[in-house]
Amino acid sequence: MSNSSNGSLPKSTGTWTVKVGLAQMLKGGVIMDVTNAEQAKIAEEAGACAVMALERVPADIRKQGGVARMSDPEKIVEIMAAVSIPVMAKCRIGHFVEAQVLEALGVDYVDESEVLTPADEENHVNKHDFKVPFVCGCRNLGEALRRIGEGAAMIRTKGEAGTGDVVEAVRHARAVFGEMRRLKNLRPEELMHTAKELGAPYELLKQVAESGQLPVVNFAAGGIATPADAALMMQLGVDGVFVGSGIFKSSDPARRAKAIVMATTHYHNPGIIAEVSKGLGEPMLGIAARTIAAPEQLAARGW
Amino acid sequence: MNIAVLALQGAFREHVSMLKQMGVEAHEARLPEDLARADGLIIPGGESTTIGKLARAYNLIEPIRQMARAGKPVWGTCAGMIVLAKDIGPEPPHVAVMDVKVQRNAFGRQVDSFEADLDVPALGPPPPFHAIFIRAPLIESVGAGIEVLAQLDDGTIVAARQGNLLVTSFHPELTRDPRFHRLFLDRLA
Repeated sequence: MSNSSNGSLPKSTGTWTVKVGLAQMLKGGVIMDVTNAEQAKIAEEAGACAVMALERVPADIRKQGGVARMSDPEKIVEIMAAVSIPVMAKCRIGHFVEAQVLEALGVDYVDESEVLTPADEENHVNKHDFKVPFVCGCRNLGEALRRIGEGAAMIRTKGEAGTGDVVEAVRHARAVFGEMRRLKNLRPEELMHTAKELGAPYELLKQVAESGQLPVVNFAAGGIATPADAALMMQLGVDGVFVGSGIFKSSDPARRAKAIVMATTHYHNPGIIAEVSKGLGEPMLGIAARTIAAPEQLAARGW
Repeated sequence: MNIAVLALQGAFREHVSMLKQMGVEAHEARLPEDLARADGLIIPGGESTTIGKLARAYNLIEPIRQMARAGKPVWGTCAGMIVLAKDIGPEPPHVAVMDVKVQRNAFGRQVDSFEADLDVPALGPPPPFHAIFIRAPLIESVGAGIEVLAQLDDGTIVAARQGNLLVTSFHPELTRDPRFHRLFLDRLA
């Protein structure tokens, strides 16, 4: 781009480093689902480190059914204009044209999300093709590494969105971290078999076995509804949390949002978590994830 | 020597691990008492609005200001630079100790985030410093007594120093190059 009167090199944009870098800056923070500019402002005011623009929160998608798609670009642009924090937006799994549209709008991150109705039941978007970074959901290490292999620069647990039940997020986080711990004890010649077993790209699996870390930031999502839920996920080892329906389906969104932000920062401090949890009003009612019939489970989407 | 890294939100772990690799003691700071025993402070990259709100909620603004005024080294990277600046445009400033005017998200949105090599004479002879800019702010103007440390080739100021205060709009903690961390620690030597 810019060249060089004083010897500096040109700028490079859309690199893996800057894609992963934005997720690094979101760590320790809360990313909140919002459906309009007013909610986005409430989220920013509460201390969200980013917002996720979508048409309906997962709890409503679950209730109303039908095909869930990318939001109306007009809404996304409104939200982008309303706040100075990063704005993410969701595209359907495999719908690379929705992803192209979101990139053209200038969103800061694309979530290729199981919360929307998948557009492809085998293939995800080839995320290496884009300058905008992507976050994707996972239930285990193999799924996380498949998404990273396709170019995801950030990972989140899927949990079970729209339930207000944290059990699936816990299950998925424990699966990812447990599998990472297991890798540490394997001998090098055992990695290929493990890659096959987990359905993970071998090179990435080897990298995780050697470094003991995922190559990208890993957040929790799907069912987080209280400050204690957020701190639970942080103590399990995630880098930050997404809160979907949990905020704007509760009785006092602004207060609950702020409390979840505080609990995420001070996740190791039960005194503060107790303090911020007082008198927050009703959390979202929720549905026990266990009672949801298999075809209605959002976490099963993604391949 | 013990350096506090403000750990309210953002890339604080990377600063702590860079300092530890350099053999320097470092700890995460979330409450005022975590600052009391520190000889210096790094405010990391993250979201400046989030960091500013959390710093206010837990009464950290004044202790940080005291550290800066007491002459202890304080360094803000990216969001941290916004937290330290006296002028951040239409919004009220946060710690407001450094005489710089900062423009937030100055280069555009995430698709405009970039990497570039910078000449930084204060770091000594080349090689240039490989700088990572993520939705970065820039320094629009500087007050008297501010030393400009680095500029993009269009003249945009991206690093500056004022006595014990250091600001960079990019992220040395995301690289493996410890030269800016060393420059910061030199104040304590």
